[in-house]
Amino acid sequence: MNMYLAAADMAERSREIAREHKHLEGPLLPILHAIQAEFGYVPEDAKPVIAGELNLSRAEVHGVVTFYHEFRDHPAGRHMLKLCRAEACQSMGSDHVADRVRQLLGIDFHQTTLDGAVTLEPVYCLGLCACAPAAMLDGEVYGRVDEHCLSEIVGEIGR
Amino acid sequence: MTVTIFIPRDAASLALGAEKVATAVAGEIAARGLDARIVRNGSRGMFWLEPLVEVRTERGRVAYGPVKASDVRSLFDAGFLSGQGHPLCLGLTKEIPFLRQQTRLTFSRCGVTDPLSLDDYRHYEGLKGLEKTIAMTPAEIVAQVTDSGLRGRGGAGFPTGIKWKTVMEAAAPQKYIVCNADEGDSATFADRMIMEGDPFVLIEGMVIAGIATGATKGYVYTRSEYPHAIATMSEAIGIARKAGILGSSVLGSAHVFDMEIRSGAGAYVCGEETSLLNSLEGKRGVVRAKPPLPALQGFLGRPTVVNNVISLASIPVIMDRGAEFYRDFGMGRSRGTIPIQIAGNVRHGGLFETAFGLSLGEIVDQIGGGTASGRPVKAVQVGGPLGAYFPRALFDRPFDYEAFAAKDGLIGHAGITVFDDTADLLKQARFAMEFCAIESCGKCTPCRIGSTRGVETVDRIARGIEPEKNKALLADLCNTMKFGSLCALGGFTPYPVMSAMTHFPEDFAPTPLIEAAE
Repeated sequence: MNMYLAAADMAERSREIAREHKHLEGPLLPILHAIQAEFGYVPEDAKPVIAGELNLSRAEVHGVVTFYHEFRDHPAGRHMLKLCRAEACQSMGSDHVADRVRQLLGIDFHQTTLDGAVTLEPVYCLGLCACAPAAMLDGEVYGRVDEHCLSEIVGEIGR
Repeated sequence: MTVTIFIPRDAASLALGAEKVATAVAGEIAARGLDARIVRNGSRGMFWLEPLVEVRTERGRVAYGPVKASDVRSLFDAGFLSGQGHPLCLGLTKEIPFLRQQTRLTFSRCGVTDPLSLDDYRHYEGLKGLEKTIAMTPAEIVAQVTDSGLRGRGGAGFPTGIKWKTVMEAAAPQKYIVCNADEGDSATFADRMIMEGDPFVLIEGMVIAGIATGATKGYVYTRSEYPHAIATMSEAIGIARKAGILGSSVLGSAHVFDMEIRSGAGAYVCGEETSLLNSLEGKRGVVRAKPPLPALQGFLGRPTVVNNVISLASIPVIMDRGAEFYRDFGMGRSRGTIPIQIAGNVRHGGLFETAFGLSLGEIVDQIGGGTASGRPVKAVQVGGPLGAYFPRALFDRPFDYEAFAAKDGLIGHAGITVFDDTADLLKQARFAMEFCAIESCGKCTPCRIGSTRGVETVDRIARGIEPEKNKALLADLCNTMKFGSLCALGGFTPYPVMSAMTHFPEDFAPTPLIEAAE
């Protein structure tokens, strides 16, 4: 993931990614996923490039990017912590866990800590509903999240 | 002889520490110089026992769980490699009551095999359905699926065979099989377990669907929240391609079929088949009006079968064992088996595959063992965020499509969330509206705007502002959403809201306003 590229380089890299995927049927989501994997978000400068490669309008690309919760318009922190807020987790006290996490990190959902260490996002179901509450830190999953588990997660973030 | 140890790689097992256990077991094997190998299997679906470690012995597989990394040394000391006793020993896996009471047809291999071993897959009856299919005509295949009584396991319950017949009869140069693996409902994880625990069965089901309908290309559309499922599925597709199950000559026949996996981007509504198709095409996941049916104008405007993971994964056993074998399970118009997912505040949470017809009470109290907190069960939500909340008074409902529809509910993808008596159903009703507001695609006004107005109305009831008037308003709003929305998101959000208000009126009659007292 390279977040410190100049705009021109970013556009160039976006063009390469778009060309790698444009042979697919329905290539836009795979392209956006690849761009977010590369830059950590979907930069504004990438949109006209993708639009040009796929023969779409900029508005169409912008519309797709903003429709999906997953695509970001600015970089996230070094770590991404997702807490499940859906019903099965609610039944096991996920609201309490969320309050505790916000207190520990000093941020609310959709925010990043001032040191850029972690971004906190809600997620509606990780499919870990029989071992709720559930969380995901950078792709690593955690079930039955309790105080002990939270301190482990916060420890990982501090690294 | 080399001893085989099974440690699951299912995401739920990993969430409970299976990776650390596997590392510890490997460490002990090396340190003690033992002749043993570790197989990373899928999960058996008993999540209160995960990580569940099994050892293959002469008597059969012996289970130990829930195992922590710190337990591993004592397991070896107690001689678990030969199935010896230990405080964590659960005896023979197949004798564990939760497993013994099940009828595992779709999930017969899940948790038993190495999910990425084709040898294992073949050894446990895999590919037999496909082999038989190859010798049949498309009409015969579709007839067998229709006769089995299989209905869409994603929630809508539409007969799978009829959908296939429509696509089979449609003339087009290119047709598609799209697997809806966008399992976004809370309390559901059956799709994830299949993709992580037995991916070849889904591949086999899709190939059969392709041969039956004349589709040569398949897509699995799943969720970005499922990275483990995506990884396992992708690897399995690669293996199947190499082995000639996918490609220009399916198992050496003249049939062509290939497939790939695609990931969504965190939009719940994309689990609805028409918004899924838009998303797959690279558009906003906005719902399409029907007709045209996806079966005639689906992906890229071409005839497309859109089936849920569990529907497709049930196909191989139907083709192998026959329509009658499958149809003999179940009740009424709900035939075959259904993987019930018991989740939330429940003691024995997990996946329980069984014939239709168990009562809700049996599922929650006997199989689920009541709440995890030990408090009384107050409500269960059946069918995910769009499903109704049922009170104990309705626990005699048999688990089948029609019985739930008759009580203004749905079985959906068969997920059940248990709540204890600390739950506030007004809060749950508010969440249903809030979730709809977050996830609405925006196409239908009752869903897009009604959901936000719904949150505000529930808030007014909670604050004691003209409660009777606002309850009537909420009921009216629900009615508008139910009949004025194209898809299930706006159309079914009223189910949890109205069921909460109807069955738990005490939660909607809060203490009088503090301001009013002042």
